[in-house]
Amino acid sequence: MNRRDFIKLAMKGTAVVVLAKGLDGIFRPSDVQALATPLRFVFLVDTYKCIGCGFCVKACKLENEIPFDADVSRTWVERYVVTSEGEVFADTPKEARNGFITGQIDLGRGKFKDIPREKIKKAFFVPKLCNQCEKPSCVQVCPVGATYQNADGVVLVDRKWCIGCGYCIMACPYGMRFFHPVHHVADKCNFCYHRINHGLRPACVQACPTGARQIGNIKDHGDPVENIIRTQQVAVHKPEYGTNPQVYYIGLGEEVR
Amino acid sequence: MHVLRPLYVVLALAVIMLIARSFWVPNDFGTHEQGYTYGWYRQSNVEEWKNFTVKYRGKEFCGTCHAGQAQKLASAHHKDIECENCHGPALFHPADPLKLVLDRSRELCLRCHTSLFYPTSQRSQIKGINPDQHNLGLECTLCHKPHEASKPGRRNR
Ligand code: HEC
Ligand code: HEC
Ligand code: HEC
Ligand code: HEC
Repeated sequence: MNRRDFIKLAMKGTAVVVLAKGLDGIFRPSDVQALATPLRFVFLVDTYKCIGCGFCVKACKLENEIPFDADVSRTWVERYVVTSEGEVFADTPKEARNGFITGQIDLGRGKFKDIPREKIKKAFFVPKLCNQCEKPSCVQVCPVGATYQNADGVVLVDRKWCIGCGYCIMACPYGMRFFHPVHHVADKCNFCYHRINHGLRPACVQACPTGARQIGNIKDHGDPVENIIRTQQVAVHKPEYGTNPQVYYIGLGEEVR
Repeated sequence: MHVLRPLYVVLALAVIMLIARSFWVPNDFGTHEQGYTYGWYRQSNVEEWKNFTVKYRGKEFCGTCHAGQAQKLASAHHKDIECENCHGPALFHPADPLKLVLDRSRELCLRCHTSLFYPTSQRSQIKGINPDQHNLGLECTLCHKPHEASKPGRRNR
């Protein structure tokens, strides 16, 4: 073997080793096996109890450093008013960060509608937040591994890793994700991950004066939230998408989009 | 052998990319508990999120210093409202900020007290007023005590 052949062989050998090593880092089957954990965070919303004060939205924005006056939010409250003629009006003025302080429905573009009291057949508030889906479509589409699901079910966004491509914002069937105006990355509710991991309730849950919002662990049979989900009529948003959302609602009307 | 040269170039490029990747990508980046589809990420990000600063401290905390307000609030109609809903997040109060805001705006109270006739919502059970008629232009706290709302009418301090 002359020197030329030796160098050639050495280069080929190195290439093969590095390739194999590199691929191994990406696909490691032993790690793919899911660990069984006794913790899975879920959320329960009671739409009858919600009074539309919007303190949850205020608390969320301030707790999670989402610029207060920017028109994006990790959570918001929608109002639905159904008239005796079957018409449905829905609005969420400024995501309800200042609550609902008028009976007029915000139709957008500066137009408002008064609905006379006698005509209102039913009306209610629906708080919305990230569903922390069991099968999150937003995670599946991320090209760089910047958003992921934890073993406790919470989906997080890695702000250092996110390239801001916006695929996840398009992929969420619930419109929960948005572009953070300061960090320029995708952002969304994470059940206040910094609070629930230190024994605190999420900011919105703590701020709620009526108990319309609750957090729980669906793997704990002594948990009051788990008990309600197991024994009462609860519903989730858009189950037909197959994402298996984990925010449960009591009193979710068919009008809710 | 000439035909194979482009292949060597491609291989060399692949090797360079993989070497660069091994420097660029942190060791904790990879597939974790939830599998490749949902659990392909940088592990240390979980700790980063856990260490995010807590701003809302809860009313038990306030009560340790403002016992008077806490006791008044607990004994009246507004007992279920968090202090910080009206005064803003405590953060490191009283070190930083030294004082929390005193929001005397009508809008604060109207979040709950604008009369809305919503039959399928608990909102309709709260005593409501018409903000366009009830003492227009005056701060609610001029006549009502925010902490002791159970005493209606004129406030006497
Ligand atoms: C460690 C003691 C302490 C705790 C706990 C505390 N405060 Fe204070 N707070 C103070 C002090 C001291 C001042 C007065 C600062 C001054 O006037 O110079 C103050 C001032 C205030 C003021 C302004 C009063 C005014 O007259 O302007 C408000 C409002 C307030 N606190 C609300 C709260 C709330 C709400 C909480 C709970 C989230 C809280 N505080 C927790 C010590 C505390
Ligand atoms: C419904 C809203 C609301 C809630 C809940 C509330 N406050 Fe207040 N608070 C106010 C308003 C409004 C003022 C200003 C009153 C005024 O104009 O005199 C005030 C005044 C204060 C002051 C200044 C001194 C005083 O008594 O006027 C302190 C201190 C204070 N609040 C602490 C608290 C603490 C502690 C809690 C929780 C236990 C709390 N507040 C809950 C609305 C609220
Ligand atoms: C989070 C919602 C909420 C906010 C904000 C709020 N209140 Fe109340 N308020 C209530 C509830 C609930 C009651 C309980 C009794 C009822 O009306 O059924 C009540 C009762 C009252 C009452 C007694 C009514 C009566 O005669 O029985 C007054 C007066 C009052 N609030 C004034 C205020 C003022 C002034 C503010 C602003 C500083 C304020 N409220 C802010 C929820 C709220
Ligand atoms: C000039 C003083 C004054 C001001 C300002 C004022 N109120 Fe009143 N309010 C009263 C008096 C007096 C009553 C009791 C008599 C009544 O029902 O009219 C009352 C009653 C109420 C009640 C109980 C209604 C019921 O059905 O029993 C609520 C709730 C209330 N006020 C909220 C507010 C809110 C919210 C504001 C600010 C937007 C406000 N008030 C401003 C004097 C005032």
